[in-house]
Amino acid sequence: MEETAAKPRRSGGGGRQCCICHERRPALKRPKTLEQICRECFYAVFEEEIHQVIVENQLFKPGERIGIGASGGKDSTVLAYVLSELNKRHNYGLDLFLLSVDEGITGYRDDSLETVKRNEVQYGLPLKIVSYKDLYGWTMDEIVKMIGLKNNCTFCGVFRRQALDRGAALLKVDKLATGHNADDIAETVLLNILRGDIARLSRCTSITTGIYSPNAYRGFAREFIKDLERIRPRAILDIIKSGEDFRIATSTKMPEQGTCERCGYISSQKWCKACVLLEGLNRGMPKLGIGRSRGLNSNQMKTDKPTSRTKSIESKQCGSLDF
Amino acid sequence: MACNGSACQSGCYKKGDELAAPEEGGAAAASNSNSNSSSNGSGNNLCVKCKVKEPFTVAGGGGGEDGRFCAECFRSNLFGKFRHAVTSNAMIGPTDNVLVAFSGGPASRVALQFVHELQYKAQKNFDASRDRSLPVFGVGVAFVDESAAHLPSSDKAMDQAIEDVKSLVLELSPPAKELHHFPIESICSGDSSDQREKLKEVLNAVTDATGKEDFLVHLRMLALQKIASENGYTRVVLGSCTSRIACHVISATVKGRGYSLPADIQYVDARWEAPVVLPLHDCLAQELNMLCHLDGLKTIELPYEPQSTINSLISSFVALLQEENPSRESTIVRTAGKLTPFAFNRIPEINDTNVPLATRRRQKRSSLKLNGSISSESFCPMCYSPLIQSKVQALDTPEASKTNSYIFGSSCCSSCRFQILPQDPLCMEHFYSHLPPPLVARASSGNAHDIRSLREHIQDYLLLDSDNEQ
Repeated sequence: MEETAAKPRRSGGGGRQCCICHERRPALKRPKTLEQICRECFYAVFEEEIHQVIVENQLFKPGERIGIGASGGKDSTVLAYVLSELNKRHNYGLDLFLLSVDEGITGYRDDSLETVKRNEVQYGLPLKIVSYKDLYGWTMDEIVKMIGLKNNCTFCGVFRRQALDRGAALLKVDKLATGHNADDIAETVLLNILRGDIARLSRCTSITTGIYSPNAYRGFAREFIKDLERIRPRAILDIIKSGEDFRIATSTKMPEQGTCERCGYISSQKWCKACVLLEGLNRGMPKLGIGRSRGLNSNQMKTDKPTSRTKSIESKQCGSLDF
Repeated sequence: MACNGSACQSGCYKKGDELAAPEEGGAAAASNSNSNSSSNGSGNNLCVKCKVKEPFTVAGGGGGEDGRFCAECFRSNLFGKFRHAVTSNAMIGPTDNVLVAFSGGPASRVALQFVHELQYKAQKNFDASRDRSLPVFGVGVAFVDESAAHLPSSDKAMDQAIEDVKSLVLELSPPAKELHHFPIESICSGDSSDQREKLKEVLNAVTDATGKEDFLVHLRMLALQKIASENGYTRVVLGSCTSRIACHVISATVKGRGYSLPADIQYVDARWEAPVVLPLHDCLAQELNMLCHLDGLKTIELPYEPQSTINSLISSFVALLQEENPSRESTIVRTAGKLTPFAFNRIPEINDTNVPLATRRRQKRSSLKLNGSISSESFCPMCYSPLIQSKVQALDTPEASKTNSYIFGSSCCSSCRFQILPQDPLCMEHFYSHLPPPLVARASSGNAHDIRSLREHIQDYLLLDSDNEQ
């Protein structure tokens, strides 16, 4: 009953061999294609597909410094491993670094930071940790003490997004690689439809843009995607395909991109979101920038500008980061 | 989901407990319409529209609309949305013959009711007018009988349902309307037992449950178009409402059909011989349910087993979101409404001078902003969705082995190829040989729509009216 020696080719998943090498015993059924595949072939095919995406989309150039966003989770660990592997195997000629963010939440990051430190050793990639304290003058613990537990997610999300970018700039990195996968992108496509964000919908499947931070009903969408994947695994990729194919008039695509007057970061408003939030924290007005109170980016700001610059040391922190 | 009394916002309707009985006489006096409204506490609560009558409420909660309108204003608000959709999209003109697709459900029941009321009013105006210049449009009702696809053999419940449909349509006169009871297997070739056989064969060949369900929907449209062309109907009215469209937006996205999505969700779909129009586009399923209960509009439930498919998963998902936020369905449809429609998403230009100038002008004015170029779309023969030109597959196998079934399969969109067409070439041959002739004709005749729209553009310059095409 057991088939040990290599047999001549058999079609389909009914056989007992890996459907790629036809030699080894399959170790798993690949979710993307439902093929039975052995461990070695899975590694090979997984790494090869990523290599193809990199080559076809010309993501990197030789000699570039690439920061790998490292959270210590499975996605970024795999990313670190695969990039360093492919860099060697295919001679990309890249200078790779690990970039990690410390939000200053006691007990939260400690484990994942340990993992990233291990990654540094394992893959020989230099590690740089940027902390909220360094960048903004506030740890999340301090922020929560100030504003409570209600809107802290807003702060953390905005700050983290910028932290990676600012850390990358500190390291003089050319590009930032993150471990967002198909599920994340599919989820984002769905959420943009549910929320009515046609402008984001047209950008979110683009291979070189970032992903927006979480929302309340992301939970529903995540659950739905899991159920969907169980019925039809390729649906995740089909969502992305739909996102790429949406007929969106070019006039809706581009938001105005300027720079923040306070710190020079990219922003479509006068002040970037992080500066708005920081101003609120520093002034003891923690609701600034939360929800509809965009006071700082309208009339109020024009009269306040002269005084804000002479405020406490922390408020200068943001503006003191030169690029 | 269990309905737990006043907290329940799902707008569910159990047969027994719909509307609360009228309570204190004082409050009930404020509303002298037919509705069974319950007094809503203090009586400071007034209809947001007329500010005179009390709003009606539904025991168990009616969701977003509950307790805002009185019955009269609710009804007129809903009819207003219908009429606005009809007039601003030139859906129904005086010379049109309109076929209303009736499934038995609340949405198509309301569509039927509203179209009837529109026709009734037009008839009254005609009778009262001296010169009788504006004719009254005709209305017919189509009931596509899908029992051959769902039930193993003849079913008493189904027979009763058909009788109920017949008597329902009889009551909707004057003006009288013809009912077309169309068993879906009739689109296949052969005599009636052949047809049933072929339908079963072709459905069994589709292994994916969602694919089978969608395939049946494509066949249903074929059936409606067949009824329309054989009986001279110029429009097909579907009861598709906002909620149904929202589900379609998600399901098209999830099936990789993002490109063709805008084609299916506009007010008008003129890909077909008889253009398909959606006058309930802006009405929520919940509102339509409420109206059926308010006005005692009879709906008919069909004895089909619900299938567990991606479509049903999506229905539950959207219902969940709608509970969490009552404007979710509208938001989804509005977002998808920003996708660029196609050239066929409007009623074709009326060159007929018999049609009143006002109607023609209105239709011109309402034309959607479209990609100006001549329609150069090719379509999937299975689902008739427009294909991205760059992705239309080149047939790169040697001529000799290009069987008709192979050609058919390669010209289908990737979604149909995945979820409907059999993977095995032999199964595909068998499947293809049993397909209804109208489906097969679509692939081989080239693109009839293409040719038609090209003709439309050069019509003024043609000297001879030649008999070309198929």
